[in-house]
Amino acid sequence: METQSLLVKQQNSKTIVKSPSLWKQTYLRLKKNKMAMVSLFFLMFMFLLSFIGPYFSPYILDRTDVANMNQPPSASHWLGTDNYGRDILTRLMMAGQISLTIGIAAMFLSILIGSLLGAISGFYRGIVDLVIMRLADILMSIPGLPLLLMMGAILSEWKVPAEYRLYLIMIMLSFVGWPGLARLVRGQILSLKEQPFMQATEVLGLSDRRKIFHHLIPNTVPILLVVATLNVAGSILSESALSYLGLGVVPPTPSWGNMMDAANNFMDFRKRPWLWIPPGTAIFLTVVSINLLGDGLRDALDPKLRR
Amino acid sequence: MSDTLIEVSNLKKYYTSSKGLFKKLSDPVKAVDGVSFTIKKGEVFGLVGESGSGKSTIGKTILRIQDKTGGEVKYKGQDIFNLSKKELRHLRVQTQLVFQDPFSSLNPRIRVGDAIGEAVVEHGIVSKQEVRAHVLEVMEKCGLSPFHIDRYPHEFSGGQRQRIVIARAMALNPEFIVMDEPVASLDVSIQAQIINLFSDLQRENGLSYLFISHDISVVEHLCTKIAIMYLGNIVELASKEDLFNQPLHPYTKALLSAVPIPDPTAKRERILLKGDIPSPINPPSGCKFRSRCPSATNLCSEKIPEYREVNKDHFVACHYV
Repeated sequence: METQSLLVKQQNSKTIVKSPSLWKQTYLRLKKNKMAMVSLFFLMFMFLLSFIGPYFSPYILDRTDVANMNQPPSASHWLGTDNYGRDILTRLMMAGQISLTIGIAAMFLSILIGSLLGAISGFYRGIVDLVIMRLADILMSIPGLPLLLMMGAILSEWKVPAEYRLYLIMIMLSFVGWPGLARLVRGQILSLKEQPFMQATEVLGLSDRRKIFHHLIPNTVPILLVVATLNVAGSILSESALSYLGLGVVPPTPSWGNMMDAANNFMDFRKRPWLWIPPGTAIFLTVVSINLLGDGLRDALDPKLRR
Repeated sequence: MSDTLIEVSNLKKYYTSSKGLFKKLSDPVKAVDGVSFTIKKGEVFGLVGESGSGKSTIGKTILRIQDKTGGEVKYKGQDIFNLSKKELRHLRVQTQLVFQDPFSSLNPRIRVGDAIGEAVVEHGIVSKQEVRAHVLEVMEKCGLSPFHIDRYPHEFSGGQRQRIVIARAMALNPEFIVMDEPVASLDVSIQAQIINLFSDLQRENGLSYLFISHDISVVEHLCTKIAIMYLGNIVELASKEDLFNQPLHPYTKALLSAVPIPDPTAKRERILLKGDIPSPINPPSGCKFRSRCPSATNLCSEKIPEYREVNKDHFVACHYV
């Protein structure tokens, strides 16, 4: 014991090295991944463009301008105008706000529902597990898009105002998205529960709430984060698909999907590519960046891949 | 009998698994098959046996981490399987467990200080403001440096992690600790440090241990009373002196003859056991040890030997003692 306390004293005299938090360590690893960092910066640029860009636009959203209909890109209208004479760039930025918000909100909602239900179901097992998992199975056995189409059609039938539709679409997307997440979290929790450190929490007499929220869920966060990132991409795509089909966000509220829908005829498609190329490119690049970032995050978080 | 801390009588733990489509129960694995012993206050009780003899199962069952199949476990006269949820929480403070594997028994995402302190706060032993001081105190007792407090478990070596696990158990000021092969995964020099830490802590705080090990020399160093297990049963139970000076059960004799002596010129008789430990699903009839016992007779295959007190405080289960 004596040699030991001497050792302790020696170590004390040295400068104390505070180890960085796990998140910082992850970020340091992520920084080494060039593709992921480029994606991250592109996404940041997209956010800035969508949320701050409109304030610098000289054009007012939804203001029609009959004199300047269907103009090709020019110095005053960088990305041209549409068939009502509205500035495409301004609409693109506003649509970005809507699409990104929907993507992220839908992701948060499905993560919230999915991880909570998954954690409860994996932790308590028994009848609770049975009910939640069968519910998830039922939802998962129906293909997502037709389900969304059905719900979109119902919304149209009920004549829900365009500004509320936005929120309903977030709910719809998370309704379709949670079962996969719940299963993922449940599986994780089932395997974590058998770990000795969970037995230790039992011996220590911790409450169920503490076990779930302090011990189990934080251990699922790395995987959740990756899935959540990819989920945002999925939600943006689903929203775009729905809006393109006229069942998602409806005009005049712009979204990347319904902007492309506006070019949904032969003449516009052939003669006025500035109508559909900008929103299409925006969707494509955003989704690709999110996926690349998700991959990078997975590599950064997975200790087995650490180099 | 006021100094009796733990009283285990005829404890049984069978594991069953359903197999096939119709959920027919398979034959149970009799991990612990009728075990009785008592641990007194301040006693270090050693539990020795081969892998699969049910040592860890006993350790986990007497803390009620798992359910029992039969028998009784009393802690200070109270049956722990009859406790309400609130009483059980109270028991959790008084009894602790130190795990075999220090790598998997610490949550990788929780800082060392939080791991040691969270249960203390949860049980209201120390307030949130004072917990850091309390944690530092316990860490120092267990040979950890103050600057370790904000680190994550993966930044430590096996021996240090085991100290963290011990500190986590000690932080609650328990009266009884089950040590489930706490040094099995450490190398010999670290083993010695940790074992000395155990005896220091035990002396200072008047703790009682149930020390599970498959290493009889470790147990000899630390324990006052030793039970030898074979295939879910205790075959011999005696004080350390009695067990080492006059082992009675043939299995104990074989175990003791296998302990290395650090003297190359010393000669001694080595009892070699044939074969492996039989399956606990289908143990031999009569005496479970007969299939490997050098002096087994017909009687051993017919009758289960009674677990009886041969000398004072010296229990053996063998027909020929």
